[in-house]
Amino acid sequence: MPKFWRIALQGLLLVLVVGTIALLWHNLTANLQQQSSQTTRLGFDFLREEAKFNIGEAAIPYQPSDSYGRAILVGLLNSLKVIAVGIVLATTLGVTAGIARLSNNWLLQKIALFYVEVLRNIPLLLQLFFWYFAFFLSFPKVEQRLQLPGAIYLTKSGIWLPWLQATSATGTWLICWIIGGVGAGFILYRQRQTLRPWTVLQAGAAIVALSLLALLITHGLPLQFDVPQVIDNFQIQGGLKLSPEFAAITTGLSVYTGTFIAEVVRSGIQAVPRGQWEAAQSLGLSPNVVMGTVIFPQALRTILPPLSNQYLNLAKNSSLAVAVGYPDVYSISDSMNSQTGRPVEAMLVIIVTYLTISLTLSVLINLYNRSVQIVER
Amino acid sequence: MKKIQWKFILAGLLLILPLAGCVTDVPAPSSSSAGTANSQQSRLDTVLKRGKLICGVSGELPGFSFVEPDGKYSGLDVDVCRSIAAALFDNPDAVEFRKLSAKQRFPAVQSGEVDILSRNTTFTVQRNTELNLDFAPVIFYDGQGLMVRKDSTLNTLASLKNRSICVQSGTTTEQNLADQMRQRNIPYTSVVFDDVNITFGAYTEGRCDAITADRSALVSRRSSFQKPDDHIVLPDLLSKEPLAPAVSSGDPRWSNVVKWTIYTLINAEELNIDSKNVTQFATSNDPVVKRFLGGEGNFGKKMGIPNDFAARIIKHVGNYGEVYDRNLGKQTKLKLDRGLNNLWNKGGILYSPPFR
Ligand SMILES: N[C@@H](CCC(=O)N[C@@H](CS)C(=O)NCC(=O)O)C(=O)O
Repeated sequence: MPKFWRIALQGLLLVLVVGTIALLWHNLTANLQQQSSQTTRLGFDFLREEAKFNIGEAAIPYQPSDSYGRAILVGLLNSLKVIAVGIVLATTLGVTAGIARLSNNWLLQKIALFYVEVLRNIPLLLQLFFWYFAFFLSFPKVEQRLQLPGAIYLTKSGIWLPWLQATSATGTWLICWIIGGVGAGFILYRQRQTLRPWTVLQAGAAIVALSLLALLITHGLPLQFDVPQVIDNFQIQGGLKLSPEFAAITTGLSVYTGTFIAEVVRSGIQAVPRGQWEAAQSLGLSPNVVMGTVIFPQALRTILPPLSNQYLNLAKNSSLAVAVGYPDVYSISDSMNSQTGRPVEAMLVIIVTYLTISLTLSVLINLYNRSVQIVER
Repeated sequence: MKKIQWKFILAGLLLILPLAGCVTDVPAPSSSSAGTANSQQSRLDTVLKRGKLICGVSGELPGFSFVEPDGKYSGLDVDVCRSIAAALFDNPDAVEFRKLSAKQRFPAVQSGEVDILSRNTTFTVQRNTELNLDFAPVIFYDGQGLMVRKDSTLNTLASLKNRSICVQSGTTTEQNLADQMRQRNIPYTSVVFDDVNITFGAYTEGRCDAITADRSALVSRRSSFQKPDDHIVLPDLLSKEPLAPAVSSGDPRWSNVVKWTIYTLINAEELNIDSKNVTQFATSNDPVVKRFLGGEGNFGKKMGIPNDFAARIIKHVGNYGEVYDRNLGKQTKLKLDRGLNNLWNKGGILYSPPFR
């Protein structure tokens, strides 16, 4: 193609793109103006107004007198909590089930098959209602709480677990550990070519030494156990409280996404050539070592790209939280929308939020993906 | 290779472009009429031409709007729409009902998807002025209440300290609760759902110690519980909730029709005219009655609707008292006292301006 045409076509494309966006924008504002005369101007000033509604659970202090902006932030943190925990649980479940599906153990294989085929074919929303109503709300009330060994309480109002809590010494410990970690990293980096047990020991010693230093300074441990306690018949305090709403959305999302991850893992493992299995086995390696050090690392290259799709799905599906009453960012923006009558702004906030979450996730996974791919020289 | 890519991109854009264009080209008939306050283009004309009314209701509240087992809608909110259909078409069934959740309702009127919102909606200044809705006269004076299990020790708002309360989002309820608790300095946990059935389901499953909503809604939903007697509505009143139908603002012809339909229901009760005796009243010599029923004067005609609209409404739907008794009164499961919703001369505050 001659150079002129290439440039002209680029220009035409640009005009088309800009033109389309401008038209859509014009439409939006024109329709808004028609619909509700003078009062509704697009704008985000209202985010500074008082939110006036309560939020059931918040990771940062929040009161109804705080702004809509802060309410959205609370919702965002709640969403991130679900997404983070969900990704860890779904991956664990999925990898286990995926490997189990290829197991020689008949029962294990059938259980994994049953899990994958049943749960990935039932709509997620139904599963969420199941977890919420038939599982987490079927626990007894706080008065008749169910206690498991180790101070775990199961109730309709939530689940309480013992948890680690920061102490006054946490800060000092953290600083020492960071210094120790950087030191250890430096030692390991310099000796990268000749990674001998000796260097690893040196690096370990750096961390231990700084831990001892921290102990000397603070006379305290970095974290302490926080055990839930029954205050009166109706209240449990302390420890880590998981609300039934959080438990339902996280369990539902993890179990559902886990089925898809299981399939991704299974196909990834099956894509590793048979020769690799045979070679590893003929070296006399035990089945666990074959899987752990020969097959899985190679399968990882095939697994990662579709796995990242599953993570993105999990992140976006977390917006179903509102169905089981969990105050995620979507639910908060919904409340905000109906109080302020600003559907377009609320929608934009949501779009930008999910786009940011999804793009960040994909960048992270892509970076990791690049690091495990074969580097061709 | 490159060429093919280009073609795809161009084709895609060319597909989007007309789509973007056509939205602007065709002005939505409803919205343009809502914007201008002139009389040639009113929602009234749209409804008359269509031959039926499109009415937004909840459909989830027995006594206000509910789908009966035979598929028919019933309730106070429903009868308001039936009255308008009776006035316009002499046929109370010329209504198409649309079920709307709390958060769907306002966009549905604003966009013109429904002609009228008759869905236990509280008349507030924000909805009136910022959401651009015109409210018709109040058809039910309500207040927000709390419901708890009878066997719990909870009996006041204050006793709910540190307890959890279920509430539906997109309502005045959510905000009132926060206001009241903040004012009294009572910490509590709210559990917010967007669906009314899930909200009440979570309460009956024991997730929350209490549930809050308009009192009428609490009583209405309780009537369909398996064991209604196990639950009580606390005496605390959290707010005033005047429930009124609403239409998109800036269309006086249409909002007047809605307004005077409701006054017809009230005025008929004031004059003791009901669905059974309305035909006898039609021959009355009383000028007040004659004007009201369309035998004299031309109020209806000037509004652009049949002159005997009041007679039609009363004949097909009844007066306010009949409508109330049928849907919420003593013989129903709700058994709501008329209280404030009685006529002004019977201890309530319902009052119709004169038809003159
Ligand atoms: N009157 C209040 C509350 C109206 C409302 O939506 N109440 C709920 C609580 S029971 C309801 O009727 N929901 C029925 C539905 O979503 O279909 C308002 O206008 O905001």
